[in-house]
Amino acid sequence: MEFTPVIGLEVHAQLKTRTKIFCSCSTAFGAPPNTHTCPVCLGMPGVLPVLNKKVVDYTIKMALATHCTVQPESRFARKNYFYPDLPKGYQISQYELPIATGGYLDIDVDGRSLRIGITRIHMEEDAGKLIHDPDRPISRVDLNRTGTPLMEIVSEPDIRSPEAAGEYLRRLRAILRYLDISDGNMEEGSFRCDANISIMPDGSTVFGTRAEVKNLNSFKHVEKALYYEIARQKEILLDGGQVVQETRLWQPDKGQTVSMRGKEDAHDYRYFPDPDLLPLVIDDGWVDRMRAQMPELPAQRQARYMADYGLSPADARVLTGSRELSDYFEACLAVFDQPKTVANWIMGDLLGLLNTRGVEIENTPVSPENLAGLLELLDADVISGKIAKTVFEAMAETGRPAKTIVEEKGLVQVSDTSAIDPIVDAVIAGSPDEVERYRGGQKKLMGFFVGQVMKQTRGKANPKVVNEILAKKLG
Amino acid sequence: MKLHELTIAQASGLLKNKEITSVELTRAILDRIEAVDGRVGAYLTVDADGAMAQAKAADQRLADGDAAPLTGIPLGIKDLICTQGLRTTCASKILENFIPPYDATVISRLKNAGAVIVGKLNMDEFAMGSTTEHSGFQVTRNPWNLDRIPGGSSGGSAAAVAADMCLGALGSDTGGSIRQPASHCGVVGIKPTYGRVSRFGLVAFASSLDQIGPLGKTVADCAIMLDAIAGHDPRDSTSVPEPVPTFSAIAENGLSDVVVGIPREYSSAHGLDPQVGAAVERAVKTIESLGARCIEVSLPHTDYAVAAYYVIAPSEASSNLARYDGVKYGFRDRTQTDLLQMYRSTRTQGFGPEVQRRIILGTYALSAGYYDAYYGKASQIRTLIKNDFQTAFASCDAIISPVAPTPAYPIGETLDDPLTMYLSDIFTLSANLAGIPGISVPCGFSDDGLPIGLQIMGRHFNESMLFQIARQFERAATLTDKKPLL
Repeated sequence: MEFTPVIGLEVHAQLKTRTKIFCSCSTAFGAPPNTHTCPVCLGMPGVLPVLNKKVVDYTIKMALATHCTVQPESRFARKNYFYPDLPKGYQISQYELPIATGGYLDIDVDGRSLRIGITRIHMEEDAGKLIHDPDRPISRVDLNRTGTPLMEIVSEPDIRSPEAAGEYLRRLRAILRYLDISDGNMEEGSFRCDANISIMPDGSTVFGTRAEVKNLNSFKHVEKALYYEIARQKEILLDGGQVVQETRLWQPDKGQTVSMRGKEDAHDYRYFPDPDLLPLVIDDGWVDRMRAQMPELPAQRQARYMADYGLSPADARVLTGSRELSDYFEACLAVFDQPKTVANWIMGDLLGLLNTRGVEIENTPVSPENLAGLLELLDADVISGKIAKTVFEAMAETGRPAKTIVEEKGLVQVSDTSAIDPIVDAVIAGSPDEVERYRGGQKKLMGFFVGQVMKQTRGKANPKVVNEILAKKLG
Repeated sequence: MKLHELTIAQASGLLKNKEITSVELTRAILDRIEAVDGRVGAYLTVDADGAMAQAKAADQRLADGDAAPLTGIPLGIKDLICTQGLRTTCASKILENFIPPYDATVISRLKNAGAVIVGKLNMDEFAMGSTTEHSGFQVTRNPWNLDRIPGGSSGGSAAAVAADMCLGALGSDTGGSIRQPASHCGVVGIKPTYGRVSRFGLVAFASSLDQIGPLGKTVADCAIMLDAIAGHDPRDSTSVPEPVPTFSAIAENGLSDVVVGIPREYSSAHGLDPQVGAAVERAVKTIESLGARCIEVSLPHTDYAVAAYYVIAPSEASSNLARYDGVKYGFRDRTQTDLLQMYRSTRTQGFGPEVQRRIILGTYALSAGYYDAYYGKASQIRTLIKNDFQTAFASCDAIISPVAPTPAYPIGETLDDPLTMYLSDIFTLSANLAGIPGISVPCGFSDDGLPIGLQIMGRHFNESMLFQIARQFERAATLTDKKPLL
């Protein structure tokens, strides 16, 4: 029997506001422990939270980007539990009345477009961090992160495969970065994901019992953990057993999930509206102001690349997959306005290079100006296509402009017939057999002659000119 | 006249005219505390050095001609209002050695006005109680009869004012905690409209009900103190950006335009002492004689107020007090090595029984499966009570009632009977649920010489009306000259 997975994702994205959500402490990462704290985020007696409006701005933008309804009135609520990284004994979150509801995100999986529903988006504060001493039974508390704004995005259980889950996350992350409201970095924890997953027999419409999987801290792990869960649940069902509703922890080193707590041990968070914060009222004017500030989003850019630049849907999707890559593409176009050529070089040589080196586009050794400069030289026949590859590699090594490299290494293409003529003559003289066979009808030997001339000129001869001269001299 | 017996208004005049200095006045207050607080037990912390330094600074300001009405006036502060560098315990063992690194907004404002902070006043632990017996440290006694409670939770504040151990005090009122001790100690106390005074730095009991207010020897003194502390504060999102009138400019032109409502439901309230009922009736006659028209009004949901309050307040408290977990500050049971055991033991030892009772009540009321039946239902009742007042205030300008059903009762009487203590909040806690202001002003004495207070409640942000009625009643009733014999 085959099964269909049913997956819903809860994503926490750290918002990159300058200050925390309820006080004016810095959100900067990496400061010495407990230096970005104040009485408010430390939960001292008598202090009160004051909402950072930027957090609302950012969340409204995300709501608009995911087609959600921004609620005219929402409420903050307290989620009560004890833990040393939570100084107030409760986390200020939103519960019954979140800021945004009922949206969706379109993703592409294997060339098919899928619409994933978004149940809700809400704002909340992050907790601090515990640092456990490896040698002694003590833990230290760092509250720098306490009060860092988080946005939680909850999807409908519309996702049907681990790949789709990965694609949904990548798309969400891309939107966050296009909006410039979150770093969306899973490894650093600014973008976190919990997955709810169940399976049901193919063709069924009744969802199975779900497990919640936590500790998914990279895109790769999300897909791996989901594959593991699908196999685990399938095995249970095929053995005639029943999946238990529980929270499971992904162990990346072992490649498995283990039970963390069952349904009966689920926390009772005793949510209630936070009396220290007034209901959040968002009027149309506020939403309109945010709408006016919205940048072009990946889906819009993709459509534009297809319509204006004639790129294929696949190419347009790759180029808009991250804001940084897309911005790179556009920076190239600003200098060298041939979209298809630029797209091919980025997707081929540049991404290949980055992939080999394992670096992100933000840290590319070849700047968009340099790549565009290279393409200009190529387009103006200053260098040949083959030389261009060499120059690209040199740019990747040195970070210097193409023109400088070409000049220094003397790679300028030779188109002058008076320079090429003698070389052609020498090649013809040195290959009497091939000349005879060519003249006897083996026209494809032209490639051989061109190759020989290029070899003699160390690739610098203009292939077009070489071809013309050869054709003339070989008759 | 002895300096410690002065009202704020009197002392302020004498200071401005250079007839006395703040140093003399503050010294007199410290001497008075030395003389009588051993018997009353109002102060948890007396900051003699700090007070004298502030008095000197105030005298300089007075000399420079840069004085506000409170410049140089010695005040006491309920010990759950944070004072920078001065121990703030909330009368709880769990915060026994807590020294705040910040001032509450009201304290900053008092300091800006040049007031002298004498010390911190006893209370029921975390403001939970109506007797001040539920302090983690000491019992405060009623200056009028040392065997009686002073009321609570601001019992230290009321007793200190009544016993002339400060010229005025700040308290906080969550269900009557300013008005009821003011009534029991024969002083004036006002709970302002919710949102009128910043709660920043007020250690929270029930955030949607708590409000800081002054206790003083006269209505005018309370108005002077409220002038100094009222107004919007960007650090408290629930403080309201409403214009603040000068409360001390009390209208003195009679009450002929005023309509006063008497709630039908209050006369049949559970446990109303006939002497209290009689004193309030006499007060109503006096107010009528001042020109006011008295009408009957109805507050039909009064019967549900106590129940709703004792769900909402403990629910909020259970969450507000979660931060006292032994991790960052305050008491920790250091003998425990397991986290859960440390939490349990710290909180069991650190909190007194009344606080534990309310945390348990509130935790239960917010639990999954009970939330709708308790917190949800109580919130609905709260809305009905608000509507009751709104309807009543359509036909009157103020509502008059007793403050407490009985005069101050003997110490120890309700210690094992919290329900009776809770029920005694019946007349005061509706104002907190509705967010409206209420003032307690002395209106008589019981046969055995215990003070009885009259409560006047008003529309949101109409404290001026309360001051106007209370001031004219106070003058007509001529009760303020009477002092407890200590």
